[in-house]
Amino acid sequence: MSLKCRKCHQPAVVNMRQHKLALCEAHYLEWLPAQTQRTIEKYHMFTREDKILVAVSGGKDSLSVWDILLQLGYHADGLTLQLGIDEGIRYSEQSHAYIEKFIRDFYPQAVLHTVDVKAAYGAALPEIAARDDRAGERPCAVCGLIKRHEMNRLAYELGDTVLVTGHNLDDEASVLWGNLFHWQIEALVRQSPVLPADRPGLARKVKPLCRFYERDMAAYALLRGIEYVYDECPFSVNASTLRNKLTLNEMEQEQPGTKMQFYAGFLTARERGLFTLPEAEQVPLAPCARCGQPTSAHGLCAFCKLWDHR
Amino acid sequence: MIKVTYRDKHWEVPGRRTVRDVILAVDLNPATVLAVRRGKLVLDSELLDEEDEIKLIAVISGG
Repeated sequence: MSLKCRKCHQPAVVNMRQHKLALCEAHYLEWLPAQTQRTIEKYHMFTREDKILVAVSGGKDSLSVWDILLQLGYHADGLTLQLGIDEGIRYSEQSHAYIEKFIRDFYPQAVLHTVDVKAAYGAALPEIAARDDRAGERPCAVCGLIKRHEMNRLAYELGDTVLVTGHNLDDEASVLWGNLFHWQIEALVRQSPVLPADRPGLARKVKPLCRFYERDMAAYALLRGIEYVYDECPFSVNASTLRNKLTLNEMEQEQPGTKMQFYAGFLTARERGLFTLPEAEQVPLAPCARCGQPTSAHGLCAFCKLWDHR
Repeated sequence: MIKVTYRDKHWEVPGRRTVRDVILAVDLNPATVLAVRRGKLVLDSELLDEEDEIKLIAVISGG
């Protein structure tokens, strides 16, 4: 006998074992945006008066979160970074094509801001990664540095009050796993559904999808008809986040709900004050001498130093 | 035989079995894939017939 939708008893198409909840297509496509709204309200992420900038990559999570926010009536523009990743599959080009298709298919009036990293700074990610690989930097670390800097810069320049990313629960659990395993205390203190704008030059960053499994986000995109880039970034092949996800998913297969308990438990512990640093240990930030973004480094921030090496 | 596709891999799995059993038979983790049959999402508990063809979609994407 097939599972029935909890709401209408029609055949279910999504079964979320971590919630003990099965839904049909129509009710799933209602449920997920409604739950996203609950997350937004629970963590006071933003209101309808805020100007929101959504970081979109062409992947299922970023396109879905943009879709959900627009459906919910929020003022949300998109921001994409062209990192120039080809590696034989034209990865960046493919990704951008999916963003454009999404806009054409669903929101022709949507505004998309694009930063071409090579045009703006003189080199694409593969070139920077190759240079820094020799110096010991991993492509993912360089990519993350570029993305965070540029997202912040655009949000500031455009006067956006909030930056949204499509991080899902699997992403957060994977990072949490790595932070705990290696006891990255400062990273544990910082990890949150909301990163406040507590310094001049920093935009508030929020993750409205942080309570959804990656599998459920893939189901949303498929059912909604959002086409997205399936390929993993060619530079992410040995990334620790992917290895962590595989480990967590093995545990999830044995015990459904494991990932949810792990991450939700962390959030509860956080709310109870478990992950704090004494004020004396908090790293002071000052504006970068070149770009003005807050940095713990003396003089230039890590992003500006990246281009100085060339 | 149930025909199974995942990325550029193809398998044929004998017998009537659930989607979950098929996923496990091809050494994949059900938590990491969705199954699509005739363009529609199907649950892990769905029983497949010998003539069925399913496409498994990896849910871990991006980077």
